[in-house]
Amino acid sequence: MNKKSTGRCLLIGLSVVMTLVFLVVPLAVIFTSAFGKGVGHYIATLQEPDTQHAIWLTMLTAVIVVPINLLFGIAAAWAITKFSFPGKRLLIALIEVPFSVSPIIAGVVYIMLYGARGLLGPALASVGIQLMFTVTAIVLVMLFVTSPFVARELIPLMQAQGTDEEETAVSLGASGWQTFRRVTLPNIKWALLYGVLLCNARAMGEFGAVSVVSGAVRGQTNTLPLHIDLLYHDYNTAGAFAAATILTLLALITLVAKAFVEWRFPGGRKAQSAH
Amino acid sequence: MTARPKSRRVLPGFTLALGTTLLYLGIIVLLPLCGLAFNTANNGWARFWQVVASDRAMATYRITLGAAALATLFNAFYGLLMAWVLVRYEFPGKRLLDGLMDLPFALPTAVAGIALSALYARNGWFGMGFDKVGIKVAYAMPGIAIAMAFTSVPFVVRTVQPVLEDLETELEQAAETLGARPWQIFRRVVFPAILPAYIAGLTLGFARCIGEFGAIIYIAGNLPMVTEITSLLIFIRLEEYDYPAAAALAFVVLVAAFLLMLVTNLIQAWQRRYAKIV
Repeated sequence: MNKKSTGRCLLIGLSVVMTLVFLVVPLAVIFTSAFGKGVGHYIATLQEPDTQHAIWLTMLTAVIVVPINLLFGIAAAWAITKFSFPGKRLLIALIEVPFSVSPIIAGVVYIMLYGARGLLGPALASVGIQLMFTVTAIVLVMLFVTSPFVARELIPLMQAQGTDEEETAVSLGASGWQTFRRVTLPNIKWALLYGVLLCNARAMGEFGAVSVVSGAVRGQTNTLPLHIDLLYHDYNTAGAFAAATILTLLALITLVAKAFVEWRFPGGRKAQSAH
Repeated sequence: MTARPKSRRVLPGFTLALGTTLLYLGIIVLLPLCGLAFNTANNGWARFWQVVASDRAMATYRITLGAAALATLFNAFYGLLMAWVLVRYEFPGKRLLDGLMDLPFALPTAVAGIALSALYARNGWFGMGFDKVGIKVAYAMPGIAIAMAFTSVPFVVRTVQPVLEDLETELEQAAETLGARPWQIFRRVVFPAILPAYIAGLTLGFARCIGEFGAIIYIAGNLPMVTEITSLLIFIRLEEYDYPAAAALAFVVLVAAFLLMLVTNLIQAWQRRYAKIV
């Protein structure tokens, strides 16, 4: 018995130490580096017009992307879990495809479609539309990258819940919208919130795909992750880390909110395999 | 699905929901992927082969796969340790430790990249120590592997954890009463049961390592033939407006990613079947 608890303590100790070294210290470095040149420099970086614009653009793009993918997620989950039709498994696999497309490749496929020598680029250019290196392009790749997040949280949950409650509501005369709002939505609200959190964190933090299609023009198409990259390459390390603290705080808030949702909605972990 | 009698569609919204889903997927996901296939095909086989089999490209595959293998080896230990400790033991601070496992998913890759680079560079907290014993971490293979491991370890933890949670402890108790030592119980009873999930998690993590970009480029040094990963070479070709080369390399990475996804799905199907038998 004693030997068993020694082994237990050893494993817990090892896991704590490794996590500190491997995950927590990098987190600490972000904050110590951000304040490396003093609080004044930190505040000055955040008040620069370029940084302010990057923050604004990051929030703007997320505000567009998250609701669209929220609606997509609900539509996909409704179709897949409330009805039976052929090709359902293929559709589920298709929804998950963006997860296996790496960020740079996501950017490349959009360039190959809308770029100057892409599939649709020349046709669009002839009518005066240029998508690449604009905010629209940033929004498009973000939509691609974050499209599965809400759907994949909802599908397993709604599948487990079945259709009985909705069918009862409809047979009692409720309209489709009423059924969704009064019956389905209360059942899925935590999973929905969970998906939105993950979708938002990824949209705001996306770097590889956005860097390919944005052109990273300061004050125009520079999101926060791209701005961090720019400052870093300008040898303004403290500035880059100062901008990074904002995204780090966002990540920490996301984690806390996620923990809260998991506590209110146990079983969320089951629905969520790694993404 | 076909075995069941066709149910009447009682609920409304089928056409709207499925139509929206298909249209959206078509525009946002399928069309761009077709764009890449179209471009690759358009550039011709000879040009394709010349790009993807060039010395510099081959070096990036070696470096990417080599570092991903190192990272996966580390995750195989650390990820399993974390899953085990988080499921089997109760101790103060466990919830915090559990929440921290999602940090690499929540933290934007560029932020992780500059943090790891600062930490492992020669003047960084960890880099200094490694420098004293003559190990170069940043701007070398170990640095790339560390960045890859950082971004991919949650895949292992979060795939193994639920399977370990569902595991009945009766078998282990039986083994214990029969006199098996803890390590024997783990190796003979627990490990075979979690093996499919473990392999699936490692494969997912490996796939993530291969595609990773933001977390790696700051710590890698990005020297052609030595520390240049495939994602970065694609990015460089794009900046040079050499789109055919970028498309060809992207096609190779995409095929690799889909193959890994296929492998993961097969493993997970195996896992489900295994779960049914046990």
